[in-house]
Amino acid sequence: MTATAANAEHLDAQGGAVSDGSMLDQNWAKLVKFGAIGAITLIFIALSGMLVGLDPRPIIEGRFSLGYLALIWLPIMAGYGMSSETILEGMVARAKGARELMAGAIVGALNGAGLSLLIVLIQNFDLRDPLVNWSPQLLNLLGFNNGNGFGIVAWIVLGALLGLFGASFHVVSSEVRRVISIVVGTLLFVSIFEGIIVDLLKGFGLSPVTDFVYGLRGGLTDVSTIVIAVVATVAAIYGKGRIKDAKAHVASLEGAERKKVNTGLIVGGAALLVILPLFTGKITNELLANVGIFLLLALGLNIVVGVAGILDLGYVAFFAVGGYTTAILTSPNSPGFAPELPWIVALLITVLVAALVGLFIGAPVIRMRGDYLAIVTLGFGEIIRLLLLSDWLSGVFGGAQGITNIPPADFGLFQVKGTDPRSVFYLVLVFSLLAIYVSWRLEKSRLGRAWMAIREDESVAEAMGINTVNLKLMAFVVGAILASFGGAIFAAKVGSVFPTSFLILISIIILVVVIVGGIGNIAGVIAGAVVLIGVLGGPRQPGLLQEFSEYKLLIYGALLVWMMLKRPEGLIPNVRRARELHQDEFLQDAWLKGHVDDGSDDDDDATDSLPDGGEVAPA
Amino acid sequence: MTSAIRKSGKGTTHVDRFLTLIRVMLIGLIVVGSLAFVAQQIDSQNPFARWANPDATGLTAPQFKGLLIAGLSQGAMYGLIALGYSMVYGVLGFINFAHGEVFMVGAFTGFIASNKLADAGLWQDYFVLSLLFVVLLAIVVSTLTAVLMEAVAYRPLRGSPRLIPLITSIGVSFFIQNVVIVLFGPGAKSYPALPEGLSKQYRFLTFEIEGTKILVLLVAAISMAGLWYFVERTKTGKAMRAVAEDKEIAALMGINVNRTIVTTFAVGGAMAGVAGILWGILFRSVIATTGFLPGIKAFTAAVVGGIGNLGGAMAGGVSLGGVEAVAPLVILEPLGVGGVSQLRDAVVFLLLILVLLVKPTGLFGERLSSEDRA
Amino acid sequence: MTRLLDIQNLSVTFGGLNALNNLDFHVDEGEIVSVIGPNGAGKTTFFNMISGMVTPSSGDIIFEGESIVGLDPNQVTALGIARTFQNVRLFANMTILENVMVAQHCRTKQGPFGALFQTKAFKAEEEAIRAHGEKVLGFFGSRLVGYRLEQPAAVLSYANRRRLEIARAMATKPKLILLDEPVAGMNPKESVELTELIGKLRSEWGFTVVMIEHDMGVVRDVSDRVVVLDHGEPIAQGSYEEVSTNPQVIEAYLGRPVEGAGR
Repeated sequence: MTATAANAEHLDAQGGAVSDGSMLDQNWAKLVKFGAIGAITLIFIALSGMLVGLDPRPIIEGRFSLGYLALIWLPIMAGYGMSSETILEGMVARAKGARELMAGAIVGALNGAGLSLLIVLIQNFDLRDPLVNWSPQLLNLLGFNNGNGFGIVAWIVLGALLGLFGASFHVVSSEVRRVISIVVGTLLFVSIFEGIIVDLLKGFGLSPVTDFVYGLRGGLTDVSTIVIAVVATVAAIYGKGRIKDAKAHVASLEGAERKKVNTGLIVGGAALLVILPLFTGKITNELLANVGIFLLLALGLNIVVGVAGILDLGYVAFFAVGGYTTAILTSPNSPGFAPELPWIVALLITVLVAALVGLFIGAPVIRMRGDYLAIVTLGFGEIIRLLLLSDWLSGVFGGAQGITNIPPADFGLFQVKGTDPRSVFYLVLVFSLLAIYVSWRLEKSRLGRAWMAIREDESVAEAMGINTVNLKLMAFVVGAILASFGGAIFAAKVGSVFPTSFLILISIIILVVVIVGGIGNIAGVIAGAVVLIGVLGGPRQPGLLQEFSEYKLLIYGALLVWMMLKRPEGLIPNVRRARELHQDEFLQDAWLKGHVDDGSDDDDDATDSLPDGGEVAPA
Repeated sequence: MTSAIRKSGKGTTHVDRFLTLIRVMLIGLIVVGSLAFVAQQIDSQNPFARWANPDATGLTAPQFKGLLIAGLSQGAMYGLIALGYSMVYGVLGFINFAHGEVFMVGAFTGFIASNKLADAGLWQDYFVLSLLFVVLLAIVVSTLTAVLMEAVAYRPLRGSPRLIPLITSIGVSFFIQNVVIVLFGPGAKSYPALPEGLSKQYRFLTFEIEGTKILVLLVAAISMAGLWYFVERTKTGKAMRAVAEDKEIAALMGINVNRTIVTTFAVGGAMAGVAGILWGILFRSVIATTGFLPGIKAFTAAVVGGIGNLGGAMAGGVSLGGVEAVAPLVILEPLGVGGVSQLRDAVVFLLLILVLLVKPTGLFGERLSSEDRA
Repeated sequence: MTRLLDIQNLSVTFGGLNALNNLDFHVDEGEIVSVIGPNGAGKTTFFNMISGMVTPSSGDIIFEGESIVGLDPNQVTALGIARTFQNVRLFANMTILENVMVAQHCRTKQGPFGALFQTKAFKAEEEAIRAHGEKVLGFFGSRLVGYRLEQPAAVLSYANRRRLEIARAMATKPKLILLDEPVAGMNPKESVELTELIGKLRSEWGFTVVMIEHDMGVVRDVSDRVVVLDHGEPIAQGSYEEVSTNPQVIEAYLGRPVEGAGR
């Protein structure tokens, strides 16, 4: 944002919005608040066991570990956040200087002081009884293996420095800020995602590169750190604006040209997805397969929640129906009825069963108030799990022992089985593409429009001739069918199904995937599945950050709350939903662009020479 | 204004017919099951009893009474939790999914405090005082949790589409559960042993009641009475009812709506804290996921009693507890369902569905402002 | 003229309160009928009942010879009764075109199969939906078409939202169209123009119109017949002139009997 002198003067005259630069002229209340929240969070992180648990995983070998990283990001963010402000249309950013640096340092020091306090407390009290991580080991690491006294001082000083570093982002030029962010980001990325990078490069026969980059115990070596930092710096300076230019270029293309580029990108992406698994190792393929299964589930839930607006918390029930039906139909170990059908035949029956169960569960709940519906579907999810678990029906479902020995899915040319994650990935890919196609086509049809109308205002939709009950039921069933695909693949992949594979937890995690990615938007859901399941992992499936597996549910919970508060429309929002959630901002934006109808009665408002009217983007 | 008095006559659809079928089936199940049970009680060899389940043995009177008492005391605990759901729904119109976690936090506080007291030798020797202290502490911690939750997660979302706070509360619930897991470990935690007097059986009318259950019923009754006094007789309570009726009008009448909402969360949290201790007394063990099922059941109780209706919530809780304890053996077992104790939770969910299908406003009528009813 | 809508002895009570009491009323095909009455007279309840959103306590509603009491609103719309809402309820985040496209739901029939396989029938139907949508929007001149087609309804001015609501009702291809205060909030010039359009709804599109309106100028200009409701009871029916001089009507509006004629 560029400040014009006139604007700055204007603001100044209005009451001194421009900083006078005095270092002690601080917003003390905010300072203390940020400091205290940060300190408490740091104490929580330390006591949650992240420091001890993640310390063995180096970022830079011998110097800096993931455990410490879990702590030090916070003072940086606090120092930065302390002086961030929302700049609204027509406002001018305040000049930042020594005052902000000071604020950052103070907040950081207060944050660090939290850990100093923790050192004192651990030294003097024994609370190991309820708090499992209250250990001498923690004390040791908090003192940097140099004793408690050192630790107490060091955390305050380190906190101040980190806060200062965070605050300095406000002071330096945007160019420097960009370069630093890119360099730090690259280093962390390369180090944290060591596992997959090694696996990928190995597939392409580039093991020597990884041998050079990573140390023996994992993490970057000193030399490779410097090399990567230099490369990243050069790339950052050289590559400046090129990506933006390319994007702008594409955006400026005409309809047909642009379509060509889009098709090219999609084809390229698809080709990459098909070819890549041939080169990657088992771990990566396993990961991709898991992401795919969850993507399939998330796409189904997206139709139910995102498109039709039905909050189904028992979605896992259909996953279970898919898994168990396939298991019963294909496994020789099925306790009751064991026809041992081939997978593909079983799949057809599974779809029918899932659709029927969807109708059966959907019919009673569809007329309920939205929030009651959520709880009742949750109840159905539990009922189904309890029935699968019960001794009463163990003659069919095997009770707690589940159904084992499910044969691989046989396609003649190749088999899909758990020991060959690549085959699972390809199968999942086919079904995910199918799900994407289905979602896309349905959304763009008469049914999609009716779903949209129902989500906007159900009673008006009804009055406009839409049979809301039938349409909602249809969305429910489509979701159920997609989930049953997921279940069928899951059964063939794992080779066994147990009631514990289908906990309510899965429903919640899929919901988080959909919401974080961008509810109602296919691209968003894909992004959500890749980022969350890929990086953090599913409820039982490890992700890239295996080290965080103990904390992933915590992170999922925090992320869900955070997203609902800060960005309820998700990472890649659905345009309509973003509009709905930010109606005021959107209208303001449209008004600024001159798109809002001013209500003038003259017909000339249609002849306003506005550019493409569809380009109104939400704020 | 939608479907205010819609009576389906001609417009009956397939879905309507299917729903009627489900209603009839569920009620039929209850009737036939109960009849089979009665038949068994009269004579386990009579043809109707044998037709339904040849192996059923029926229940003896003491067995039945024991089940009922256990159910009712658990139900009293559900009732206390249900109050929180009901009050928050009444005032804000959303299901605070994380309320079960407030209860769990209370139970955890009780576990920590009672064990520390037991280590110091106070728990056994001065049980009543210790218990009072533990209850008060649990109330404080649970109240703080609830108030903090409101301030951080729900207040910024006032006025957003109604499913958004619900989804947020799911996240909050998930988060609190996992905070407890990472701080205190995932395993089950035990309460210290209770004094001997509590595990004895006492005769009351024709019932044999265990000491702990008397204690639980007593504490629940006292808490409920206190809450009733607070809501019906104090100024703050009146403000709460006014805000539940209509927030805008209440604000115009000079009521501080924000503070009243915080009070609502606080009171609900306090009740959940008490319920947490009752859980500890009844089951003597707590884990991080303790809040989930009782939470859902308490919500069911609130719906059964009529959401927004405090007396209804308590009555709903007690009856839910009773049904949960008795129904599997009285209705399912006589029909030949095996391993019925595993299906207790399923029975609760079925009850929720039945109530919502047959009488969605609950047995005692819901009290909601018209905007929340939409 | 044939009877399109015949209302017999219609009553509805809300918790003991008579919102409508013994209303007898009919609309012939091709008529424009206005329903007037003071606030709270039960006019909107009357519309809600015809459109199936509220079920009457007693009485019958006959549309084209068949009773429609007890039908769901969507079934009523499918039979050919469309409505607008007093407090403009558009699908604000859908585009203007989508608003009128979605209203044709009950007149179209392509299901998931057509959408998934992009059958010829599906494409043809989509094209027809779009064309009809643009046609009804075109009824209001150039205000709702052109670059506006792809804009969300939320950006429209108040008057244009009202127009879009009417367009949305027209898009359902009704026989009878119920307008709930179509000119409320419009300036005099806009009212006059819309009044003219309401006339065209009959002359050009062949709709029969029942409208609730407070603006007596509009009522006078387009109605063939006027029905006056007060406290849920019909107190007068007839031409505008008859009704406007009816002492009971004047009393209902002014609260006391007035000597002489109205305006």
